[in-house]
Amino acid sequence: MMGTREYRYKTSHSLPGPGDGGRTGSWRVQRPVINTELCTPCKRGAEACFICWLYCPDCVISRTVPPVIDYEYCKGCAICAEECPTKAITMVDETDSHEGDEASSARADEAAPPSACADEGPRPCT
Amino acid sequence: MAAKTTILTLPKEEFVHPGNRACTGCGLSIAYRIGLKALGSDTILIVPPSCLTVLQGLFPVASTKLPCLNVTFASTAAAATGMLEALKAQGREHIKVVGWAGDGGTADIGIQALSGAAERGDDFLFLCYDNEGYMNTGVQRSGTTPRGAVTANTPIKGKMQQKKDVPAIMAAHGIDYVATASSAYPLDLYDKIKKALSLQGTKYIHIHTPCPPGWGFEPRYAIKIGRLAVETGYYDLYEVEKGEFRLTGASEKLVEKRQLVPVGEYLKTQSRFRILTPEQVADTQARIDRKWGGYYRTNE
Amino acid sequence: MHIIENGNVAAALGVKLAGAQVIAAYPITPQTPLTEKLAEFIEAGEMRAQYIPVESEHSALAACIAASSTGARAFTATSANGLLYMHEQIHWAAGARLPIVMCVVNRAVGAPWCIWNDHQDSISQRDTGWIQMYACDHQQIIDGVLKAFALAEATSIPVMLCYDGYLLSHTYMPFEVPDEGKVGRFLKPFKPPYALDPANPANLNTVTLPDVRMDVLGEMAHGYMEIRYLLQEDLRAALSVGQEIEDEFASIFGRGGNALVEPYRCDDADYVVVGMGSLTYQLRDVVEALRDEGHKIGVLGIRLYRPFPDQAVAEALGAVRGVFVIEKALSYGYEGALCSDLKAALYEHLVKGGGNGGPAEDGRDRGQPAFVKGLVAGIGGRDIRTLDLTDALRAGMAATAGGGAKGAPAEERPDWIGIKL
Repeated sequence: MMGTREYRYKTSHSLPGPGDGGRTGSWRVQRPVINTELCTPCKRGAEACFICWLYCPDCVISRTVPPVIDYEYCKGCAICAEECPTKAITMVDETDSHEGDEASSARADEAAPPSACADEGPRPCT
Repeated sequence: MAAKTTILTLPKEEFVHPGNRACTGCGLSIAYRIGLKALGSDTILIVPPSCLTVLQGLFPVASTKLPCLNVTFASTAAAATGMLEALKAQGREHIKVVGWAGDGGTADIGIQALSGAAERGDDFLFLCYDNEGYMNTGVQRSGTTPRGAVTANTPIKGKMQQKKDVPAIMAAHGIDYVATASSAYPLDLYDKIKKALSLQGTKYIHIHTPCPPGWGFEPRYAIKIGRLAVETGYYDLYEVEKGEFRLTGASEKLVEKRQLVPVGEYLKTQSRFRILTPEQVADTQARIDRKWGGYYRTNE
Repeated sequence: MHIIENGNVAAALGVKLAGAQVIAAYPITPQTPLTEKLAEFIEAGEMRAQYIPVESEHSALAACIAASSTGARAFTATSANGLLYMHEQIHWAAGARLPIVMCVVNRAVGAPWCIWNDHQDSISQRDTGWIQMYACDHQQIIDGVLKAFALAEATSIPVMLCYDGYLLSHTYMPFEVPDEGKVGRFLKPFKPPYALDPANPANLNTVTLPDVRMDVLGEMAHGYMEIRYLLQEDLRAALSVGQEIEDEFASIFGRGGNALVEPYRCDDADYVVVGMGSLTYQLRDVVEALRDEGHKIGVLGIRLYRPFPDQAVAEALGAVRGVFVIEKALSYGYEGALCSDLKAALYEHLVKGGGNGGPAEDGRDRGQPAFVKGLVAGIGGRDIRTLDLTDALRAGMAATAGGGAKGAPAEERPDWIGIKL
């Protein structure tokens, strides 16, 4: 009879863990940055809104005050920026960002102005 | 009826690991993440080949914290039956069995097994995430690809046929619970899964999951486009509970407001619909208007 | 207890005794009486198991795969096109290392539709990574089910127990039903190395890469190739595990002996005829008749076809002048698969292995047989008449008699016994 560990290696038996796709933060061309002056839970200093947390496809925004973005894994989809009701999240070009991945996301003063296309609404890629 | 879940009452616990291989802005990822919150930890998943197979990780790493059996493309629902009976044989019936398949694994190759299991009334939940095509293999048409959509194997003329109405097929099995949902309405999805889990027998939930690369839109608009599908009356949110049809959530509100967004607003957001002529858009609008005319009448 | 019943009932009684917990099956002739009997046992409360009346064979094995992955002892049965419809799942069950047992009630495959017996269905599943056992009578069916579960669970490899449609499935024979207490000693409750469990989550049969990869514990996990290599390793090891289980069974029940091959009057034989299934017992009559005529001929029944008992086959045939292989299946475009396998075994062990050692002490040549002659019979249930077999073997021996040890048969390709063209 095979033991569990040996069995694991005789079959495709995967164990849970992060980063199957590697550090998916490297997929990003723009990073979301939260402006704490506009962010509802930040302003209230209490649990509120969390729409960015709700819609994040990748579990990289914390449900905390302030919300913190995990740049190691954030793929930069910008859904949070698109859905934030107070427009507190802006997408900043990675090339303009020289902060380490460990830095806090709540850097309102460093955020670049919203890009021109941010308010155009959905449109197809071509 | 249970109180509606809000963002603040939604469980904090996550069952999906970050850094998985799902595409940027994946609609499935949102539905999956919220769906697993509703399923909870005492669940075993069954997944056929699909984008979800990739999302869930490549050996030896699993991006999901729930146990999962990957099965052959056609066999999700049959595997669910086998698992249920095995759990019964071992006195572990409290564990929930959940099949989670794409539209191909549900509407096309998976429908025989799904129909068989629903006919037997086996006590499990089947979730279909509908990204309207074989996205994992490079965006080929499926039974649920909508008319007019350009795909890799309908590259010039677009799909000529209508979308297969899988929830209606499932409702025709006489099972107690069929619902539609959308990743743009995660809390509605959460509540529907919770309700399904409270019922006996086969339950089916069809989830519309916008797909940025497959549909041709920028990832940031995944939620907006899912919402537009509902607001235009193109994709409806409803439940069929014990045979009774009822529009729910945003779709229910649309009946009251009687203000559908013109479907062109939805179609123009995605490059897959780029070949549609104004006549075809008008035809799509007319189909939606007929369907919604029926909804309005039953609501009078 | 001895009873007189048909082969399908013998199989059903074996499954009941084995304590299968989940049974999923779809009707196909001639398998149906087996699964009907199991449904009856369960509905009557004589057997504690879950019976799933699935909507296809593909789903039958899917249900067994999921049940086995969840820790239950699972059984299914099918025939012919039902088996072919499972093909994808058959590979899957082996790759996932699930100890499922399946009875294959052998039947010809379409087209054209043909419900009668041959071996084309199970032979077509030769390369799937399953263990294949062939039963010759009802006793071997009922005992075989128990041995199949024991072997499957000892090796984490699924087992097909194959027996001839109608010839065994629907005929009545006396056989002993193994004592329940003894079965309990022989077959322990199923305890898989891992069963799906939320308290110990794992994702099974995930996409696996061509190369090895680090796991979350920091250990190097296998690639697809290593996983498949280990399946092959364990299948080869199943030859000895199968014999150990056979010995264990014999020590408890007092019958059985050789798990791999079943020789009959081979000790002094110049010629041996090789077959599988019920045909090998029919061939015993043929051999008796030919022995009465002065021919030194014996029968070698192949009981375990996969893994192929190459060593045992070579040992049994090392001293004979000629070998006849009679098969109810073909690898279309060449010859019977058993014939090819057997020739490969002889080459490996007798030619390459330096078998030309000249006469041994008993005066018999320890070289390789001068010829291996493939014959095809009983395709699609065509009657295999004992007289036809006798004639074919007599003619085969005569064709080579003048050529001495190195005489070759006239025809290279298989002869079809009883063909009417």
